[in-house]
Amino acid sequence: MNGRAEERDPAIRRFRRRRLADRVFLVLTVASVGVVLAPLVAVVGSVVARGAAAVTPEFLVSVSRPVGEPGGGIGHALAGSALLVGSALAVAGPFGIAAGLFLAGTRRNRIAWAVRASADVLTGVPSIVVGVFAYAVLVVPLRHFSGLAGTLALAVLMWPLIARATEEVVRMVPRELSEAGLALGARNWRVALRVVVPAAFPGIGAALIGAASRAAGETAPLMFTAFGSPFLALDPTEPVAAVPLVIFNYAVSPYDDWRRQAWAAALVLCVLVLAGNLVSRSLIARRAPR
Amino acid sequence: MTRRVTSDTAFQGVLVFAGVGGLALLGGIAWVVGTMSEDAFRHVGFWRFLVGTTWDPVAGEFGAWPALLGTLLTSALALVLALPLGFAVAVFLNEVAPARLASPLSALVDLLAAVPSVIYGLWGLFVLAPAVRDHVQPALQAVLPDLPFFRGPPLGVGVLCAGVLLAVMVLPVVTSVAREVLRALPDSFREAALALGATRFEVVRRVLFPAARSGLLGAGVLGLGRALGETMAVTMVIGNRHDVPDSLFAPGYTLAAVIANEFSEAFSPLYLSALAGLAAVLMGTTLILNAGARLLVLHARGRWS
Repeated sequence: MNGRAEERDPAIRRFRRRRLADRVFLVLTVASVGVVLAPLVAVVGSVVARGAAAVTPEFLVSVSRPVGEPGGGIGHALAGSALLVGSALAVAGPFGIAAGLFLAGTRRNRIAWAVRASADVLTGVPSIVVGVFAYAVLVVPLRHFSGLAGTLALAVLMWPLIARATEEVVRMVPRELSEAGLALGARNWRVALRVVVPAAFPGIGAALIGAASRAAGETAPLMFTAFGSPFLALDPTEPVAAVPLVIFNYAVSPYDDWRRQAWAAALVLCVLVLAGNLVSRSLIARRAPR
Repeated sequence: MTRRVTSDTAFQGVLVFAGVGGLALLGGIAWVVGTMSEDAFRHVGFWRFLVGTTWDPVAGEFGAWPALLGTLLTSALALVLALPLGFAVAVFLNEVAPARLASPLSALVDLLAAVPSVIYGLWGLFVLAPAVRDHVQPALQAVLPDLPFFRGPPLGVGVLCAGVLLAVMVLPVVTSVAREVLRALPDSFREAALALGATRFEVVRRVLFPAARSGLLGAGVLGLGRALGETMAVTMVIGNRHDVPDSLFAPGYTLAAVIANEFSEAFSPLYLSALAGLAAVLMGTTLILNAGARLLVLHARGRWS
């Protein structure tokens, strides 16, 4: 068969068209990965490029200074964030783990279904709405912004994450382990706390760290609860500073120096949040091959 | 024996309490936001609140339409950009790439979701918006000069910029749900199509996408829910103007951004109530969307197993 006859053969032409479509498809899917990862590189790259110079030990420990005064840092905000996230974790951690144990233990049950659904729905509630809720519950009665209200907002956001992740890892604990405990005559609660939870601990730890690093980056629910403060304020009944709030307030300010500090604070926050995320993920990955 | 029963019962009680507490929390949020916004709804009227175009707290006029429309426009734009990309990435990771490449790449895509919203906002305000103003908007106007939605001066900040930024933030959700849905399809589907001589493209287009349709729709709806409620990044690049945007280049507002900017400065109970009303509208919308999306994804996952 010579070349021209091949050109005219409809079967061969159709085959070529299909092969071309398949190659275009492959190229497009590869290109799409590039397009999707470009913003990640761009965001992280800008944060490092614009923030790195200003991150000094002094920046990390000193508190906010008025515009025009040299120096000034985010020490107050780091302390405030630690206070808010730490206390939110202290509230949401036990509640979330208990709820996760409940969900893992009761598979087919109307209440479990409703709790599972509500945790999923709660994950989808916009964080700003949770801020409005915390405002109504704690700011209105106390008559001023406070760290307590910020803690409540963050805890509400963390609870469903911890509960669902705990449920998942507890499910993966082999049934034989708890059966062995029960066969020795241990009570259910003892088996749960002494056998199941320790066996699932890397996973539960991953859930806690993941939820905490997520909460550390939250800004919207803190704007009218913890509110922010230029001082090193660690009284939970007073307004408390937080790193994301500093980034926002400095970024939208008209002062060049504050904007520079916003980038530096963004770098610090990025490192903290991404490190938390990676630690959490490596804990999960360590469990996976079994 | 009795002791055993009581301590176990008490333990189970604690667990049930924690679970049901979460359920109550959801109800509590809905109830609190609802009662807070009651005043505004009664004063303005629910429908007038939704479709009114004037937002003038001093005069006591509260119309949510500009913010509502801004929310819908930015989210729609984000989905138009993110859905094809997200599906393509999901297909690449699931169907094309070898596992050794797929798992680090998918970790990177997930990392996109871990970056805090305020950092996207910072980047959007100082990097993306100037780039959109100097390059994207003039180029769009040069290529398609007569389209009404590319009208107006290139400001950078505005609906277009917010939509692009939202697309980046929604991508990881769309991708991971789409992957989950594709993964749930049995391999026999792929094998059957390949055995008939289909190319990989044909396997995806003729077999996998039709079979995964409802799940992919769910991925889109979950992404939409995320886009609607996103606050900080949008607040920083939307331009913050209470007008109905007449073009994609115009500055606008979204529900979440209005709440973020004005809540701590509300000077009257009615004003505060109107802001809570925006929160109620936002929450209602995202609740319905999320519930629908979960059902779609569950349906898609359960269907072929």
